[in-house]
Amino acid sequence: MKGKRFSILGALCTLLTLAMALAWIFPIYWITITSLKTEDQTIVVPPSFFPWPPIFDAFVYVLQTSPFIRWYINTIVVSVTVTFFSILFGLMCGYGLSQLRFPGRNLVYTSILVGFMLPFSALAVPLFMMLNHFKLVNTFPGLILPQIVVPLSVIVFKQFFDDVPRDFRDAALMDGASNWRILFRIYLPLNWNITWAMAIVTFIGTWNNFFWPLIITNSTPMLTIPVGMTQIQLAYGVQFAEICATAVLASIPTAATYILFQKRVTQGVIAVAGIK
Amino acid sequence: MQSLATESAAEQHPGQGRKQSLRQKLAPWLFVLPFFALYVLFLAYPAIRVCYLSFTNSDIAGQGHFIGLDNYVTLFHDGDFWASVVHTGYFVLLTVVPNTLMGFLLALLVVRQKRLRLFVLACFFLPFILPVSVVSDTANWVLDPNFGIVNLLAGTNFAWFQDPALAMPAVAAVTIWWTVGLNMLLFIAGLQNIPQEYYEAAAIDGANRFHRFLNITCPLIWPVASLVLLLQLILQFKIFDQIYLLTLGGPFNSTVVVLLYMYRQGFQQGRGGYAATIALMLVLIIIVVSLIQFRVLRIKRASR
Repeated sequence: MKGKRFSILGALCTLLTLAMALAWIFPIYWITITSLKTEDQTIVVPPSFFPWPPIFDAFVYVLQTSPFIRWYINTIVVSVTVTFFSILFGLMCGYGLSQLRFPGRNLVYTSILVGFMLPFSALAVPLFMMLNHFKLVNTFPGLILPQIVVPLSVIVFKQFFDDVPRDFRDAALMDGASNWRILFRIYLPLNWNITWAMAIVTFIGTWNNFFWPLIITNSTPMLTIPVGMTQIQLAYGVQFAEICATAVLASIPTAATYILFQKRVTQGVIAVAGIK
Repeated sequence: MQSLATESAAEQHPGQGRKQSLRQKLAPWLFVLPFFALYVLFLAYPAIRVCYLSFTNSDIAGQGHFIGLDNYVTLFHDGDFWASVVHTGYFVLLTVVPNTLMGFLLALLVVRQKRLRLFVLACFFLPFILPVSVVSDTANWVLDPNFGIVNLLAGTNFAWFQDPALAMPAVAAVTIWWTVGLNMLLFIAGLQNIPQEYYEAAAIDGANRFHRFLNITCPLIWPVASLVLLLQLILQFKIFDQIYLLTLGGPFNSTVVVLLYMYRQGFQQGRGGYAATIALMLVLIIIVVSLIQFRVLRIKRASR
């Protein structure tokens, strides 16, 4: 009797969870199907929840009439470059701080910890001035360089390297391996999962970054997707199918990355928040 | 331990010991330097520079001269600035605790699931990985006054982002929809760290579900909860993107937050020095409020 009551309670809980999950994902479903309607269909009342056949006019229109492909390329260039260098430099710096002893080490680590707590947006004014001075507004270096500095990835890598047993490194040193070899042949493979997770999280974060590209770019050909797509809205006024098609196109890379690497994304965001 | 590298190198190259040791001493800097050089250039230097700029009447190109505390005096009497502080505080109130509680609730629901787990987890987390511009497009479409599905289903025609009373709560709701997945993940990680034996032992002792939740889950999840609260607090004070995209500070400037005010003063009015002062005040506010929260949460923890 008691067992049965509990299973009913459990079923209700599952039902509630499922209902909430579907409600949570509904807006994403809604923009996806709206992007597959014609403009006339989007404002029909009552709206259709399963439009058939799907219409791709909105996608074609967006791709043909806006520099969307150019922005896509910009965003890929920026995200991939930022991810590669911030992970590479993060690994190196994390290894140096964790395993090597050198004059100034504590100063470096302390200043990185302080830097981690500074909000990036508060530095926008002097950063803009500096990059403006070097004529880097509306350029790839201007978009990329400040975003490579992610103190958090250094801190995360240092913490993970701290946990690697010392015997591994000592044994390798005995065999005459250089520190570069030790980092890339021992420490990196041992921490492959977290490196991969950090890379994915950095990629998604850079792809989605809105604030810095907004500050450092204003010429249409140099915009990234998150900033560029807001210009489409301004140009077309209210055209729901096209706005939704833009949103779908803009989300494909990050959404696909998440769906493919769900576990790594989870691990990455948890590591970034400070819980291992 | 630190001399191991030097020793092994000296063993292999007897006679070159001294030369090697200087090289060995500086070699570690090669690991640290690529990151640290960029760090100094793009983080440490701007951080110092922003302090200096706040004492100048510099424009956004950096041209200007020292004017002492004038910016701070102006700021103190600037009603628009204090209004932006109040709006930011309002947004923080609307998001920090609700977002944390919602994350906890969703985590409790999700960890119970077995077969559906990955699916429901993805549903709650997926919005978090979308660009903010997609989030604002989605919100604008779903909440459209005339054709938005929410108003159609509810039979209303609220203009959520154009109504002074609704705008900020609507932005807060959108923010929670967007970011709650992160909090949920952190709580799930925390819940999984609680040893299952505690619950089994308590069940044997006759504690019911409610008591187990109150006396095992709640105290053991508290460290994660206080971390989430702190992260949320710091994050939400920096509100800019959603406001910029959804309301642009309107209606009637009722949603102008501190960073939007900084953006307007600095990048639209060209007052670089004044914008730097606003930015510094935001950093100061974040530090003070974080310290207060840290204090309060720790006291609570100690008194248990």
